Amino acid sequence: MVSLARLTPGEVGFVGSLEGGRRFVSRLAALGFTPGTPIQVVRNHGAGPIIVSVRGARIALGRGEARRIKVHLSEAGASEA
Amino acid sequence: MHTRHRQQRYTEGRFAHARHAVGPESQGLDTVVVALAGQPNVGKSTIFNVLTGLTQHVGNWPGKTVEQKTGHHLHQDHDLLFVDLPGTYSLSANSVEERIARDYIIQESPDVVVAVVDAAIPERSLYLLAELLLLPAPVVLVMNMMDVAAQEGIVIEPEVLQAALGIPVVPMVATRNEGVARMLDAIMSLVDGTFAYEPRRPTILASHQEVLSGLIALVTDYVPEPYPVPWVALKLLEGDEEIRAVVEDRAPENVRQEIRAILYKHEDAVLDVAGARYAWIGRMVRAAVVRPKVGQVGLTSRLDAVLTHPFWGTLALLAVLAGVFLLTYAVAGPIQAWLSDLLAQFAGGAASWLSSLGLPAWLSDLVSDGLIGGAGMVITFTPILAIFFAALGFLEDTGYMARAAFVTDRFMHMLGLHGKSFMPLLLGFGCNVPAVLGARIIESPRARLLTILLAPLVPCSAQLAVVTILGAALFGQAAGLVVWSLVALNLVALAALGVLLNRLVLKGEPAVFIMELPLYHLPNHRTIGLYVWQNILAFLQKAGSVILVASLVVWFLSYFPAAGDIGQSYIARLGRAIEPLGQLMGLPWPVLVALLTSFVAKENTIATFGVLYGDFEAVLPTLLTAPAALALLVFQMLFVPCIATVAVMKQESGSWKWTAIGVGLLLVLSLVAGIAVYQIGSLL
Repeated sequence: MVSLARLTPGEVGFVGSLEGGRRFVSRLAALGFTPGTPIQVVRNHGAGPIIVSVRGARIALGRGEARRIKVHLSEAGASEA
Repeated sequence: MHTRHRQQRYTEGRFAHARHAVGPESQGLDTVVVALAGQPNVGKSTIFNVLTGLTQHVGNWPGKTVEQKTGHHLHQDHDLLFVDLPGTYSLSANSVEERIARDYIIQESPDVVVAVVDAAIPERSLYLLAELLLLPAPVVLVMNMMDVAAQEGIVIEPEVLQAALGIPVVPMVATRNEGVARMLDAIMSLVDGTFAYEPRRPTILASHQEVLSGLIALVTDYVPEPYPVPWVALKLLEGDEEIRAVVEDRAPENVRQEIRAILYKHEDAVLDVAGARYAWIGRMVRAAVVRPKVGQVGLTSRLDAVLTHPFWGTLALLAVLAGVFLLTYAVAGPIQAWLSDLLAQFAGGAASWLSSLGLPAWLSDLVSDGLIGGAGMVITFTPILAIFFAALGFLEDTGYMARAAFVTDRFMHMLGLHGKSFMPLLLGFGCNVPAVLGARIIESPRARLLTILLAPLVPCSAQLAVVTILGAALFGQAAGLVVWSLVALNLVALAALGVLLNRLVLKGEPAVFIMELPLYHLPNHRTIGLYVWQNILAFLQKAGSVILVASLVVWFLSYFPAAGDIGQSYIARLGRAIEPLGQLMGLPWPVLVALLTSFVAKENTIATFGVLYGDFEAVLPTLLTAPAALALLVFQMLFVPCIATVAVMKQESGSWKWTAIGVGLLLVLSLVAGIAVYQIGSLL
């Protein structure tokens, strides 16, 4: 698994794990970041916040938050884990 | 079960609005209570505005600094009381808003809950519905923004969705008033029982079913009315700390330990529960929603390619801001000047009329200077605020504000803030009062406090007016450059103070930045109109009353004891007492008095100069050296906020200590900067 912050625009990752406190996990889960969900990176300039597309919605994430979201690079990886 | 909840509602009485006999069993013109629930940005407030218009009552939720809006709508002999719940993504206890929304539905059991969903992002926004269906109140589903969905290529069949869910489903374009009547009919069909309400509720994963049953059996005796037991068990499994405290308060020690053991073992259940809800949503919408072919680029993507770009987006933001300020001052400036003249004439007329009646001089002076002067100040600033708020309301309603927050996040991060603080700080250019109030949108208490403390450094429209007038008088040709530099200085001071407070004082968790970027859509004139109206009303109520009272106090201090000779008044004595401080900045005591009166309202400085020096625009340049003139302007720009702002700082931070720290820091900062400018300038 890699952190979501490392994906380049256009790349898709599948949610593996969320690293953070209960509130952080719960908030992201409500927004649709549940295990196996495809996340497409829309904007990532290597610094500053990123934009991702999740379940049809666009979400801006601070870089710190994006680093705490670990994703699989293939759907197969997500289902094995 | 429903009747029991009603009982609870009356005995609890935690929610302030009155209601009459309710529901299908009562006779005559009954009140039907409808709660509007929805995620942020689904157009919930547009629906609320269309329905209730100016019947709205805006207050706070009991004991919370979260806005509560209620309003009435008459429909077929029924008085529908709409309660606008805070926009929330789920009903966990992650934020105050979420707690308010679920407490309201559980404790007050409204007759109907309307769940508003953004048709353009059906899956995500149906998540809240998945939670609402587990609570006792019957639900109407509104698929709003059908036009935006169509524009993004999404096709939705409401009838199919209604058949799948077993609840009324209404398509809507609230901005065009389409579907509102249908929604009202759907609400009434639930109240009078003509709709066969058989909701399909989401279930949890089979692997968790056993755990959940175990929890239900365990807690069933310890769940207080009116909480539904299965819901409590599910929230426990989701790791909800508030619900856990509710149960643990009542359960004996052995049960508490058992609960903890189960929850410890299923710590990650929150993700599975959310995942199961999304799987359920997937099944519900499968037949009803057709998504566009992959690769189709919608309007939002095309606009965002520019507007969220680190370079072009910043440039666009600067252009937008320049446009907002130009518009505000170009349109409102002349209106303000005209109103000022009108009020001056009115005050003069009132004064001569009062003295012609043979009333004592101090009384006519009180009315014309204190009362009309004070109220006039408030009135003349209203046009500027109205146009400024209209511009911001427009940007907010189109969805652009979230992009502005995104673009500025990088910069805000250095101050220990994030993009969400941008909007409140921007409001500060209009008036610091709504800026401090606007900090409510920030979830993290620490980032909110920091925003409240920094907001007064944003020069408000009154401060800008003062500095423009003084700048022109003191620096002539160079005034534009001077004013520009002063605004920049304030923003640099804001950044420096932010970094300082962040590093040294407010240690702790960094603010979490997770923010939805809504799809762009056409703004609604009604939404913007009500946004302006409510902000102006808040300004008039909060600032207006304080400014009026304070200007009477200042009038008293500057009139007595020498019957109108301000040079001998109380305030002059105070000015002379602190003159040594003024000398460090090269400022004589009348200038200090003028600056002191700005504590009441920033624009007072000009009025006081007028009283003390008459034609101050001619006198001031002869009195002050260039360094002293600059020190005056720097001091004026950094000085403590006006009293109305201080009042809301206390209200919103809930702490006198932090309010005092914030004001104290600005006092020190303005003195140090003023003295430094004069002393260094005099050496050159």
